[in-house]
Parts: sequence; structure tokens; C-alpha cells
Amino acid sequence: MARRDTPEINAGSMADIAFLLLIFFLVTTTMNVDSGVSKKLSEKPPPDYVPPVIKEKNIFEVNINRNNELLVEGERMEVKDLKEAAIKFIDNGGGEGKVENGVATGPCNYCKGEKSEKSSDHPNKAIISVQSDRLTEYGTYLTVQNELLRAYSVLRNRLSLERYKIPFVELEEAYKDDRDNADLKRKVEDIKTSYPQIISDAEPTSN
Amino acid sequence: MSKFRKKKKGVPAVNTAALPDIVFMLLFFFMVTTTMRETDLKIENPRLPSATEVKKLEHKSLVSTIYVGKAKDSKYGSSFNRIQLNDKIATADQVPAFIINARSKVSEAEVPFMTTSIKADKESSVGTITDIRLKLRDVNALKISYSASKTSSN
Repeated sequence: MARRDTPEINAGSMADIAFLLLIFFLVTTTMNVDSGVSKKLSEKPPPDYVPPVIKEKNIFEVNINRNNELLVEGERMEVKDLKEAAIKFIDNGGGEGKVENGVATGPCNYCKGEKSEKSSDHPNKAIISVQSDRLTEYGTYLTVQNELLRAYSVLRNRLSLERYKIPFVELEEAYKDDRDNADLKRKVEDIKTSYPQIISDAEPTSN
Repeated sequence: MSKFRKKKKGVPAVNTAALPDIVFMLLFFFMVTTTMRETDLKIENPRLPSATEVKKLEHKSLVSTIYVGKAKDSKYGSSFNRIQLNDKIATADQVPAFIINARSKVSEAEVPFMTTSIKADKESSVGTITDIRLKLRDVNALKISYSASKTSSN
């Protein structure tokens, strides 16, 4: 009688097939995480809204024209110098802070600026106003925004290191991992209110 | 003696039976992690500006993306200011409807956490972005994120 052994299925090419699929998925996979510069828009003002009067010295004016050139406080400036100029303005601390819920914040005792009369009173009064042209390139606009945000992070980092011996980035990171930690929350809030990010976007010019 | 000698013949083949298993394991990993792009771009892939102060966008389901850039279809001209909402080229006026539609898909409690991500090309003009921003403000979609690629600070 002939041998009735069922012949073994050759699985040698299985690996090849799997490899083929593997390579396909390897190539198509994109592991990009969306990231971006986050911003909070101000709410729409009511029609009868009267903007508060703000002292000229508490406004840091940044203009970007349609040729992507910068005009800061009436002078031409390169993007790379913007961060330093913004830090100098925010950290000036030349006067009293604003009155919040009836409590005066008093002079800025953590500021290390020049305490000049001509620049901002207090970080919580310092407003950075960015005005751009409608034809300004978006790339330049975002670079400027980024430089201004960097100025704030430098200051926040410095204060955080001083008060809590930890960089602000790490402090925030720790808070993100542990949302219920009241102590961390207090610290993060403290730094954030000490140097609040006040960047306003003025209506762009056109014509 | 000869009985023993017979056994030592040739090198035994390396057993590759487990190889497909390993490969399959990798395969499944990539299959699971792969995300296919849901919307096909009607504009050319925007060249994102780079920034250092970027934050990761969390909760993908709460993010609605607006693309701004140059349309692939030449009938829309060659400027970098075309807006894409969902699968169509649109105008800034259609942004509120787009946001309201996106809101209807999530529960009411999550609406305040919704973020609008603006993926705009470097060469788009600020005017277009401002138009979008004003429309977003009208419908109270105040959290926005300007999509940018991260560069290390210098």
C-alpha cells in the first residue's frame, strides 16, 4: 500500500508575505502628533464696549508690515532682537501693579528690569500689541508670536527656578501628570499670574 | 562504532519557524498604530512654519482642523489663501457652520474644550487668518492652535 502521509504545507514563504505587509505598514505609518502654538482669543466685545484707557508706556507695540519687516516701539528691529526687547519691557517693573478684585498687587518685587519710568509698570499691566498688515506672511507673523511667547517663558522659567527650584516647563509637566495636586496647581497658577501672557492682536491694516 | 558515526552528518538547519511569528507581531503593531488620513487635502500640503513654543494637541476628537494654503486645483488660482473645511474649498463665511457642525458631534460638556487647529502655509497672508479668527470669535470658538513644527530653541 502506498504511503498515506499528508505532505507538510510549506510555510517557508509565510515570512515573506508577512514581511511584505509589514513593509507596507511601515511606509504608510505616520506618527505625527499635531502640535502648534496655542492661543486663546478674546471674547467678542459687546457693541457699546468702551475700551479702557491704557497708558502709552504699558503698551509694547509691534508692527509687521507687508514686506515682513518689524517696527517695534517706533524703531526698526530684527526678529532675533525681539525677544530681548520684550523681556526688557515686561520685566521693567517701574510702578504699581493693577488692582485685582480690590486687592492691589503693589510694585513688582520679582522683576529684575531697569525700573524705568518710561516702560511698563508691572508685568500684569504690560500689554504687547501686535499689529500686522493683511498681506504680511503668516510665517513671519507666527515667528513674531513665538518670539514673544519665548520672552514670557524665559521670565516664567527664571521666576520658577527662583521660587521653587524647578524650571517652569517641568513644573507644568508635573502638574499635567497629576491634576489633583493642589500644591502643584498653586505653584503653576502663581507663576502664571506673576507673568500673565497679554498679547493682543490689533486689527490688521489693509489697503 | 558505525552506529554512532552516522548521526554526525552535516550542520543542522537553523530553525526559522518562529520568524513569521516575530514578523507578524511587528505587523500587528504597525497595523494598530497606523492612522489613515481622514480628509483628503484639496490644497497642497501646507508647509508649516516652525516655532519653539509649541504644545501638543490633546484629545484628537475635540480638534477641528482648518487648512489654509494653495489649492491643488488650478481653477482656484495660485494664491496661498484658499481655505479648506472638511473636504471642500470654502470661504471664511462658512467657518461658523463648520464649527457648529463639529460641535454637534461632541457632548455639550466637552464643547468648551474644543480646539480649532489652523494649519496654514507659511506664505498665507495674515488677512486670511484674521478673517477666520473673527469668524471663530463670532461663534465663541476661542481656543485655537496655530499648527507649527517644533524646532529646538537656539
